[in-house]
Amino acid sequence: MRRSILAAAAAGLMLAAAPGATPAASRDLTIVSWGGAYQDAQRQVYFRPFSQATGVRFVEDNWDGGIGVLRTRMQSGNNTWDLVQVESEELLLGCEEGLFEKLDYSRIGGRDLYLPEAAHECGVGAILYNFVLAWDRTKFQGTPTWADFWNVERFPGKRGLRRGVKMNLEYALLADGVPANQVYATLRTDAGVERAFRMLDRLKPHIVWWQSSAQAPQILGAGEVLMTSSPNGRITNANRTERRDFGIQWAGSLYTIDSWVIMKGSPNTNDAYRFLNFASNPRVQAQLVPLIPYGGASKGANAGLSPELLAASPTNPANLSVSLMIDDQFWLDNLDKLSQRFNAWLAR
Amino acid sequence: MAHVAAIETGKAAAALMRRARKAGHGPKISAALLVAPLLLFVLIAFAAPIGSMLMRGVADPEVAPVLPRTLAALQGWNGTALPDEPAFAALVEDLRTARAAGTLPLAAGRLNHDTAGLRTTLVASGRRLAAPFEGSAREAVLRADAAWGNVETWGAIARARGPYTDFFLLAALDLKRDAAGTILPVAEEQAVFRIVFVRSFWIAGMVTVITLLAGYPLAALIATARPAVAAVLLFAVLLPFWTSLLVRTASWMVLLAREGVVNHALVALGIFGAPQQLLFNRFAVVIAMVHILLPFMVLPLYAVMRQIPPLHLRAAASLGAHPAAAFRRVWLPQTLPGIGAGCLMVFIQALGFYITPALLGGGADQMLPYFIGFYANQTVNWGLAAALSLILLAATVLIVGLYGRLVGFSAVRTS
Amino acid sequence: MAAGSDTLVRFQGVEKSYDGVRFAVRHLDLDIARGEFLTLLGPSGSGKTTTLMMLAGFEQPTAGEILLEGRPIARLPPHKRGIGVVFQSYALFPHMTVGENVGFPLSVRGIGRAERDRRVARALDMVRLPDYGARRPSQLSGGQQQRVALARALVFEPPLVLLDEPLGALDKQLREEMQLEIRHIHERLGVTMVYVTHDQSEALTMSDRIAVFRDGAIRQLDTPQALYERPADAFVAGFVGENNRLAGRVAERDGDMAAIVLADGRRLWARRADAGAEGSPAILSVRPERIAVAAAAADDLGENALAATVAEVIYLGDHVRVRLSLADGAEITAKRPASAAMAGLVPGAAVAVAWQPEHAVAFAP
Repeated sequence: MRRSILAAAAAGLMLAAAPGATPAASRDLTIVSWGGAYQDAQRQVYFRPFSQATGVRFVEDNWDGGIGVLRTRMQSGNNTWDLVQVESEELLLGCEEGLFEKLDYSRIGGRDLYLPEAAHECGVGAILYNFVLAWDRTKFQGTPTWADFWNVERFPGKRGLRRGVKMNLEYALLADGVPANQVYATLRTDAGVERAFRMLDRLKPHIVWWQSSAQAPQILGAGEVLMTSSPNGRITNANRTERRDFGIQWAGSLYTIDSWVIMKGSPNTNDAYRFLNFASNPRVQAQLVPLIPYGGASKGANAGLSPELLAASPTNPANLSVSLMIDDQFWLDNLDKLSQRFNAWLAR
Repeated sequence: MAHVAAIETGKAAAALMRRARKAGHGPKISAALLVAPLLLFVLIAFAAPIGSMLMRGVADPEVAPVLPRTLAALQGWNGTALPDEPAFAALVEDLRTARAAGTLPLAAGRLNHDTAGLRTTLVASGRRLAAPFEGSAREAVLRADAAWGNVETWGAIARARGPYTDFFLLAALDLKRDAAGTILPVAEEQAVFRIVFVRSFWIAGMVTVITLLAGYPLAALIATARPAVAAVLLFAVLLPFWTSLLVRTASWMVLLAREGVVNHALVALGIFGAPQQLLFNRFAVVIAMVHILLPFMVLPLYAVMRQIPPLHLRAAASLGAHPAAAFRRVWLPQTLPGIGAGCLMVFIQALGFYITPALLGGGADQMLPYFIGFYANQTVNWGLAAALSLILLAATVLIVGLYGRLVGFSAVRTS
Repeated sequence: MAAGSDTLVRFQGVEKSYDGVRFAVRHLDLDIARGEFLTLLGPSGSGKTTTLMMLAGFEQPTAGEILLEGRPIARLPPHKRGIGVVFQSYALFPHMTVGENVGFPLSVRGIGRAERDRRVARALDMVRLPDYGARRPSQLSGGQQQRVALARALVFEPPLVLLDEPLGALDKQLREEMQLEIRHIHERLGVTMVYVTHDQSEALTMSDRIAVFRDGAIRQLDTPQALYERPADAFVAGFVGENNRLAGRVAERDGDMAAIVLADGRRLWARRADAGAEGSPAILSVRPERIAVAAAAADDLGENALAATVAEVIYLGDHVRVRLSLADGAEITAKRPASAAMAGLVPGAAVAVAWQPEHAVAFAP
């Protein structure tokens, strides 16, 4: 859930320019998240109430992601971060590299408290969010599926997709009738990749590629596209703040989980566990959804939400059960090769 | 000083010359000291980061420290058949050590850039071979992951020996080496960069030509207008300089949107029956780039044109030249340094455009910087990003050098 | 030499105004004879350059007609007039060699390379720069550049060459050298030249005729000698050459002579130019070199003589300038040959000054 792909390039520079704060023997708990409106909401729902309830003082930082940032921090011996929100890929890589503490779930309510996908050995789910098919209800009646998304004969108009290979191959296979639980198995074969690219070939002349996630609701609202893929939060926000009437198709959407990790060797491990314990409370998590449409990763985080909020919540069982989790392992192995192929395909 | 010294003789002259030298060098040294902080700043803030970034394009430091024994065992391996037992044994040793140290993913990530799936092969093999086993290392390794039975897997490791590599540079030119070290073109479906290079130069060239065609009359108008008018026009040309590139690009998105001003105007004028998609194509990219880069063409042209005496056109007319001939033979040639400088500036900047094609272009309108950004941010393949940067920089230097040879830098005069 | 011969250019009632209120040139009638060297002389803003630019075609008259070879040229753009122009700032094209500059008017006329090279070489010979064809204008001195500009304006053999203060940017010595050179070229080629300058000595040196401009009109058009000896009015007398001026009134008129009474009552005879009727104010003008200085008592003065006191004597090698104070405080300057200088000329000496009546001119003020 990075703020901006375009801004990510700055991350390396920020790292280089960061003042070399020496690791003090005792310092306040440092919580690092994605910044912006999201972190503002987190501060309101998690950080301040936690501090008030426990008396633990905290400081905040933010970052734009990238395993290299964490790697460099650990290698430099200058790490001042304790709790960091990471994307699933960083969780996987950092865990393999030993950058994070292995979690003791007994200190944070046991694994059963969380959605099964959200309880990783190195990190516990912070939010769950989806990449969905979205459309403008004022221009398209009904609820389109990925098959309809691909069907430009029946529903003429442009389609918006993120400029990148990840997720688009999955959508293509779903549109071609591959059952959700077979998507990654199919993609692991050469024939499956061929099939996905053939589907993309068919749609290619009708695709408008968006790059930063803010563009997705923008091109949808501007009528540049009839339907688009989009992070679910952007669509709900557009409905809330811009009085749009965008629809979300949860079926066949892809989801991923951002997790909290405790940096290896953190002197504030104890406080970090206290925070995770606080943040795992479903009732606390439910307070985030009205502010920002991402789902909490604890079971029951949707309890008590209004029907309207429930409809927009990724962890609403009705939504989650028809979604497909992005296979990070697959993409870690294949992103290089498939990106190259996708770029070559796109450039032609 | 030297002149005075020459008429002196013997020691006196030598002493005088010494003094002269001192007097001459003193200010030079202090001048050098004065600019030293600036030079240092440029070196630290400019040369060093670029240098270190470009180094990544040829450096290959990840695998050697993680698989030292394997690489030692592969020394002299010819790459045509699987290596012998000692190499497998060395691999087992290396995997165990690296897994314990947590360094395995570093090498795994690098090898995955070369061959898809090697990341998992390495990490999973490390896990599976952690426990002691009986029998030959070769069999155990092949059991752990079938990919070790592929010569290319070993080739990828041998290629990543470091400390320097041509792997990324070759990849940036759609080339690769096989296990035996022969350079081959990559599979057609994977070949992208040559197309992108050609396209980047084509778009940059097109933008340069259009900018010149639009900027030349504009610069001429400003250069020959009354001072008050010229000041207003010049202000209008400079105005875009004071807004950010992103804002200027975004405003084009608003203008060219399906429900934007341009579409409305064209429909109202009856040119289009219904709003058309004007965004996300080559047209949008080029028009926005022309708009953004226009000042860089107009300013050098204006600077040069302002220095041409208006009298020259009168002189040419009095000598019998038709206004068109006077323009072509007298005015135009004198603006050539400005044309050269403007085109050079616009072309080189256009080559480096990122945000504008990313936001306004379609899939086939992305230029080289997009791919540099893509590999740096999306697949975290800094080596390839650096190699692409290196090639872009080399192309730019080549163009500048060519310009220097053909036109000469002394001709680049700005007011 | 003058107007009697064949007329090449005729200005008929030409006017030029940029704003419709003030006139840069007001009602100009002027005939330029074929082959003559005519100088338009006047202070800046007098209309001489505007006149030249109208002839070249860079300015359009607001009224009147300009005829070239008897044909009106108002509709003819500059490049079709076939008139050579030399500018003060040379206007050489910096991106061309000297040879290309000189060859430019030939190449725009479609003249072939061989013929062009031959004529360029001849033109450069004429301005004594035979070996400079391959150089760039920036490698030449100011005088050399102006010679190139001259060659360029002459190489296509125009019947008429206009020169707009061509020597203004050169130093004095070079200027004098170039004056003679241009004069010689004019004599050799027989081309008609119209020359604009504000330097009266340059005009006197070079011209067949001089037109003195003031406030957009010609005050006098005459040969240099006539202009100097018989200026038509006080302005011309003052602008061309040095003169001493004494204010008075017309006391008597006798044919083309007039008697002027100065404030102290002394009567002086002079040729009458535009001085008015008896009793009207007048200015008596006399050239310094016409004034004789003699040691004499104040009561022993003859006709046309005044008492004066020597204020200053300046020795200038070939002549001596004597500054004199008259009784009423006015100052005049006399110019005497050094050989004729008298021993008594020392500051403070009482002297008498005198001149022939025909050497003094009486003007209306």
